[in-house]
Amino acid sequence: MSKLRVENVARTFPPAHKGAAPTQALQPITLDVADNDFITILGPSGCGKSTLLRIVAGLDRATAGRVLLDGTEVKEPGPDRGMVFQSYTLFPWLTVTDNIAFGLRERGLPEAERNRIAHEWCTRVGLEGFERHYPRQLSGGMQQRTAIARVLANDPKIMLLDEPFGALDNQTRALMQETLLDIWQRDTKTVLFVTHDIEESIFLASRVVVMSARPGRIKADVRVDLPYPRHYTVKTAPEFSALKARLTEEIRAEAMLAAEGG
Amino acid sequence: MRPLEPIPPVVRIGLGILFFVLFVAGWAWATLGGYVPRIFLADPLAMLREGWTLLVQYGFLYDIGITIWRVVGGFVMAAAIAVPLGVMMGTYKWVEAFFEPFVSFARYLPASAFIPLLILWAGIGEAQKLAVIFIGAVFQIILMVAVAVGNTRRDLVEAAYTLGARDWGIVARVLIPSAAPEIAEILRLVLGWAWTYVIVAELIGSSAGIGHMIVDSQALLNTGQIIFGIIVIGLIGLVSDFLFKAANSWLFPWRLA
Repeated sequence: MSKLRVENVARTFPPAHKGAAPTQALQPITLDVADNDFITILGPSGCGKSTLLRIVAGLDRATAGRVLLDGTEVKEPGPDRGMVFQSYTLFPWLTVTDNIAFGLRERGLPEAERNRIAHEWCTRVGLEGFERHYPRQLSGGMQQRTAIARVLANDPKIMLLDEPFGALDNQTRALMQETLLDIWQRDTKTVLFVTHDIEESIFLASRVVVMSARPGRIKADVRVDLPYPRHYTVKTAPEFSALKARLTEEIRAEAMLAAEGG
Repeated sequence: MRPLEPIPPVVRIGLGILFFVLFVAGWAWATLGGYVPRIFLADPLAMLREGWTLLVQYGFLYDIGITIWRVVGGFVMAAAIAVPLGVMMGTYKWVEAFFEPFVSFARYLPASAFIPLLILWAGIGEAQKLAVIFIGAVFQIILMVAVAVGNTRRDLVEAAYTLGARDWGIVARVLIPSAAPEIAEILRLVLGWAWTYVIVAELIGSSAGIGHMIVDSQALLNTGQIIFGIIVIGLIGLVSDFLFKAANSWLFPWRLA
């Protein structure tokens, strides 16, 4: 049985104003995610990939179809599906430690236990020494590290990431990708990672799902057979380049469609 | 001087003091120089002399105390009701839909226009003064707090949900802390308005308080005492503002961090 099953999920947004046509964001999509898979969802902007992720998170409702996690239907957001957002969503009034411990506190864990787990994750994402800092005092990369630690401290069944490194500079982004892969390999989690960056999608994933321009549907489903652990030098390997060329073609056609469709 | 260019703290404080000095100098020049008749405007020295007399001979400190007590009392009652209600309105749209139209209407009712009615109901005692300040403050606070809470970043709320927060967790650990600095700022602002209401209430019917002293002095054409009273109000405002700001930076270090 698959860990996560997206079953004929479609989403139509009501018309923006009277007389306009409703917007179909997602055509019925079916996707099975195996346990401990790292899946990237690749697509041009506005293709509905974030909508799909938000439906899995329970933050948005599907117009049709359903999402099953471990065989249970997803109806609302919950700590078993932790999410890292593109925007910086750390709680500005909490320190790094308290941000990481937020979910543990909601679960009612005693303070000592919370601090122990938060400290552990602080170290694992490379934030030792910043425990007492407030989000405002952190760089974008450090904020996203904290956001990842905050989700993982909750020990979710699946981790959802919505273009988490989209606002970071290239060097920071490359480092963050390695950190994330490192954590994933040691901690084996099922990951759903949305991005529009082709290189990122290949480097991270065991499987890349390419989505079409709006209304979104799955256009290609590509296994990435590059061995883990992956070093950043893999980005120059011939297999990597071949995959990149193939996905570039797939995406290009969609991006052009998206550009024409406005 | 360039747009938005920062200046050194010493210069900033110095400039602020300079205006006070120029203001008093202009006032002294107009009065002591004989350009304005004494009966309309006392000179700064006469003002200080009258102020001293007020404090030493007429027990003006008692009046100041009474006025402060009224402002704080009415304001605390208003805040105690308005902040929780504002939070509920900002949080739950059906609560907002129920109260918002009435509160929006009520906020435009001038508190000072209630004074004659309140005198009929409650006489000219303390209850009436407190009621004026309460009416003047409560609706303003409710509406502004509701807006502050309602404007909480949606992505923070969503993040909290995906971290396992239930509805109460969202209110207590996201909406309230997120809006808290703005709520403190709202209270500081409304406290300033409450000062206007208390003086008006005291001008119209009262046997003690700064406003009462000002009316008495007007009857005696003692402009020095009136100005001293006004300046005292300004100074108290300055001090309470400073206390609020100090409390805010102590309560919300993450904003300045």
